[in-house]
Amino acid sequence: MDKAATTQTTKSIQNNAPDNFSARPVPFRGGGFQPKPIRGVAPFVFIGLIAFWEFGSQTGFISSLVLPAPSEAFQAFRELIESGMLLIHLSASMQRLLIGWICGTTLGIIVGLMIGLSSIARAGLSPLVSAIFPIPKIALLPLFIIWFGIGEGSKVATILFGTFFPTVITTYGGVDNVDRNLIRMGQSFGLSWSSIVKKIIFPGALPAILSGCRISGSIAIILLVAAEMIGAEFGIGAYILLAGSLFATDQLIAGVAILSTMGLCFAWLIGRAEKYFLNWRT
Amino acid sequence: MDLHLEAISHDYGDLSVLKNISLDIHHKEIVCIVGPSGCGKSTLLRIIGGLELPTAGNVLQLGNVPADTLNPLTYIFQDFALLPWRTVKGNIALALEEHGLSAAEMDATISDVLARTKLSEFADALPRQLSGGMKQRVAIARALSVKPAIMLMDEPLSALDSQTRELLMDDLVDLWVREGFTAFYVTHNLAEAVRLGHKIVVLSRRPGEIRDIVSIDIPLNERSAFAHDLETKQKQLWDMMREEALAADQELIDG
Ligand SMILES: Nc1ncnc2c1ncn2[C@@H]1O[C@H](COP(=O)(O)OP(=O)(O)OP(=O)(O)O)[C@@H](O)[C@H]1O
Ligand SMILES: [Mg+2]
Repeated sequence: MDKAATTQTTKSIQNNAPDNFSARPVPFRGGGFQPKPIRGVAPFVFIGLIAFWEFGSQTGFISSLVLPAPSEAFQAFRELIESGMLLIHLSASMQRLLIGWICGTTLGIIVGLMIGLSSIARAGLSPLVSAIFPIPKIALLPLFIIWFGIGEGSKVATILFGTFFPTVITTYGGVDNVDRNLIRMGQSFGLSWSSIVKKIIFPGALPAILSGCRISGSIAIILLVAAEMIGAEFGIGAYILLAGSLFATDQLIAGVAILSTMGLCFAWLIGRAEKYFLNWRT
Repeated sequence: MDLHLEAISHDYGDLSVLKNISLDIHHKEIVCIVGPSGCGKSTLLRIIGGLELPTAGNVLQLGNVPADTLNPLTYIFQDFALLPWRTVKGNIALALEEHGLSAAEMDATISDVLARTKLSEFADALPRQLSGGMKQRVAIARALSVKPAIMLMDEPLSALDSQTRELLMDDLVDLWVREGFTAFYVTHNLAEAVRLGHKIVVLSRRPGEIRDIVSIDIPLNERSAFAHDLETKQKQLWDMMREEALAADQELIDG
């Protein structure tokens, strides 16, 4: 039987030229579904879009009433730099953003950890968070003014409240997702409660916390304009609002471009932080 | 230090998981626990290690914990349970940090256990860079670092492929022959049980009761020469478990 099998194989090897001419490779149907980063595409899209826009404005295809040309917006930006106002606006805004965002996320992480770790905090606070999170903070501006005054307080508070809730939710989601086996492992080696939180739960929740930061950072920038509606003299948001009320659309576009650059820088920073802190991820 | 389990029973609500388990483990003895899936083996191990309180019965510690032991009852988990954000060294350090050792003592302990588990070159690797077998070695090194009196191993080799499993089993035998350790070893794999166990405890299907305790007197390092005897033992174990396993298999999970 063994022998028969061998002859069979030899035969099929000799015969490996197909007798009917229908031999063709199996069609390939794998691949795809795996977007890879490609360098240079993003700038290309940006520049292409702006070039098209400029071209449209120059030829009158896009009316300057509808949308100012990028060059006009750029001119407005240059004026902003030359008058020295850019720094003043930026520093006013950055101060509000940083204080509001840092306090908001820090408090959010603390409350999120509490909800993640304690049954009482969860029972008491998590419905509250779900109830308050969807309220547009802009609607509460008058209250913030009454509570925190017309000065910096109410502006920072708007950003703080806006960033606090999403951070709470992502943090406790992250804590819930920490591998229970790792916690059990920590207990089995006799780690104290605080060590388990510090060495197992917090690092385990860090990916979720950082992606929460990404979201809360964008929310902070969105809320900046709202916050600076409260009688702010300086600030990118104030600049945009003023430009808007004067229908100075070139300045408006310049201001919006500054905001979006701030957003890009922030996303880049979070990306670096993720690379640094989460290099253990596969 | 020996351990005596005294009539342990455990329920989860209405579900009775363990019933009247009495068992002893002696110094430098490996006790294997086999039984159909869902019969409460992991639960028993958690109870032994003090991670869960039994509904009835006691786990008694006989004799004193050796003076240099940092964590008398130490687990080795099926899924390794390494912190992915810590290096091999850092994972072992995790178990030691709690005990107020000096930096020098800690370093010495870590390099000692790494050498004993042949991991010295990988001290700075992250878990994601290691194969499954390597990860389990790290977990074993971490367990050894606290000088446990008794190791509690819950299917430590089940997540590994069969070649790696053979290699690690040899390593465990080596380790036992060289320095001896005491362990409860839960497994599904009867071949593992007869290779490593001095005593093999067979549990019935849920609620887990002790059906039988099979002793194997052949020294661990000589077992390869007695392949035939082991096979007979294994067959005997399988005959005992067969019906239970079949019945357990056909039960509804939350029935
Ligand atoms: N925390 C829990 N709450 C309720 N039921 C549980 C809990 N843990 C385990 N059980 C149930 O107890 C029974 C025994 O579980 P256990 O994990 O101890 O079994 P096992 O013998 O280790 O099973 P396996 O061989 O699959 O690992 C199972 O039916 C399981 O569903
Ligand atoms: Mg189990």
